[in-house]
Amino acid sequence: MSTAQSHKPGRKKSRSLFQLRQDIPDRVFFAAGFVIPVVLLLMWWLVTSLGLVKPLFLPGPLSVVGEGWRQLTEGILFEDASVSVYRIVVGWAVATVVAVPVGILMGNYRIVEGLFEPLISTARYMPVVALIPLSILWAGIGDGQKILILFLGTFFQQTLMIMDNVKNIDINLIRAGQTLGFTNNEILRRIILPAALPGIWDTFRITIGWTWTYLVVAELVAANSGLGRRIMDAQRYLSTDTILFGTLFIGLLGLLTDYLFKRAGKSLFKWSSQTR
Amino acid sequence: MMTSAKTAAPTISVDGVGRNFTVSGQTLVAIEKIDLDIQQNEFVSIVGTSGCGKSTLLNMIGGLDEPTSGEIRIEGKPVDGPGRDRGFVFQTYSLFEWMTVEKNIRFALEKSSFARAEKDELVAHFIQAVGLSGFEKAYPKQLSGGMKQRVAIARALVYKPSILLMDEPFGALDAQTRGMMQELLLKIWEDHKVTVVFITHDVDEAIFLADRVIVLASRPGRIKKDMRIELDRPRSYEVLTDPKFAAYKREVLTDIREETLKALSAGQG
Repeated sequence: MSTAQSHKPGRKKSRSLFQLRQDIPDRVFFAAGFVIPVVLLLMWWLVTSLGLVKPLFLPGPLSVVGEGWRQLTEGILFEDASVSVYRIVVGWAVATVVAVPVGILMGNYRIVEGLFEPLISTARYMPVVALIPLSILWAGIGDGQKILILFLGTFFQQTLMIMDNVKNIDINLIRAGQTLGFTNNEILRRIILPAALPGIWDTFRITIGWTWTYLVVAELVAANSGLGRRIMDAQRYLSTDTILFGTLFIGLLGLLTDYLFKRAGKSLFKWSSQTR
Repeated sequence: MMTSAKTAAPTISVDGVGRNFTVSGQTLVAIEKIDLDIQQNEFVSIVGTSGCGKSTLLNMIGGLDEPTSGEIRIEGKPVDGPGRDRGFVFQTYSLFEWMTVEKNIRFALEKSSFARAEKDELVAHFIQAVGLSGFEKAYPKQLSGGMKQRVAIARALVYKPSILLMDEPFGALDAQTRGMMQELLLKIWEDHKVTVVFITHDVDEAIFLADRVIVLASRPGRIKKDMRIELDRPRSYEVLTDPKFAAYKREVLTDIREETLKALSAGQG
């Protein structure tokens, strides 16, 4: 720890913000995160209020906020959000329910890895957008199709990540279990699983973030509600403020999900030495 | 003075053991042929250059790996996988991070037939023996490296194995902590009377702890020297400056240096 560094008075303090790999006060770190967004916001406001760009291309911040307010008060926002959240939760949950056991088995048994790895590694590079026609053919145009797209966008990567989470645990934990007389099955459930869980939770956090980014793709076709759908519709009427608000709002919900997972992980895995 | 010239069957008997590995189609002889008898309550250190197969040998005694040729017997019975007659301490702390100190140690008793009250007593006894009283409810994350390794030692001994296998257990600790841990280990060994096989590449550590130091030659691994250490027990750090200690050390260092040079000239260093 750098106690010697941080107790030096006055003048040195400002310079110490730019020490290689040195810690800085939490407040400064926190505040730093707002600097660039605020600058961007100011530039946005300046450029639009000076009339340097047409509102068609970039409406001002206030009109985007106004659009948000309109959607909120008319109840559209809540309706869109609840439909989208439902799709995301189901799509991600189905992917997770399959990915967790498959990933865990792949991480522990070379034979299972041999069986699935080539297929999954290939499948994960298939562009999800290109699968839309097939998904409609197979799953129709209802919610099932949207959920299928979200599943396809999440599942393959998630399985491989969970396999890695499992592989990353210390082999000596498994050996310790063997020397203590536990069976393979017990070691799997009582040692490997809890040891890998903090890593797996992190994978959950990252993959649910991806699901948010796939939302627009999922609602691209044959949807009549949802946050992604709203954006696609707005394109047709060139209502740029709706597009901007929708995009920012999805980003915000993604951020919120990420934060919730991070917080939950921190309190679930207090014991973990890798909790960040 | 410890004498191990017993007539009883050896506790650990390594009989013509060899171990080959296949690396990308090529056969690599990790251990050529090792014969080694270890008596009850003996403290044996095994030293050697890296890659001499010392951990492989220990893993085979522990039942975590199988010999390609030859046989290992514990109390006359061939080793067939890990067993509760042996405790194992690894170089990485290998603690269950989601369990408290107490639960880590108790976990090792799950497969034992001791009664509940006996288990409580054993756990309490070993927590005290490794000097962790007051840390029962702490999680591994909250402990220093030395303390973590003390938990690992308690966990390996709590179910009363007759053999303790240790694979460079103090390798990751700083010099001061390491010294304290060595003295603690000797005390535990004297109080509980187990047979210890201790792998290390620290020559001082090997001699300070052991009744016998085995030097392994590398590539392929085989026994280069089997040396009895005739230093009085109980030992304390003062023995490190004993002229007899220095003589042992010179001998072992000479052997290891020879092996290292051989490995270097063979381009394996």
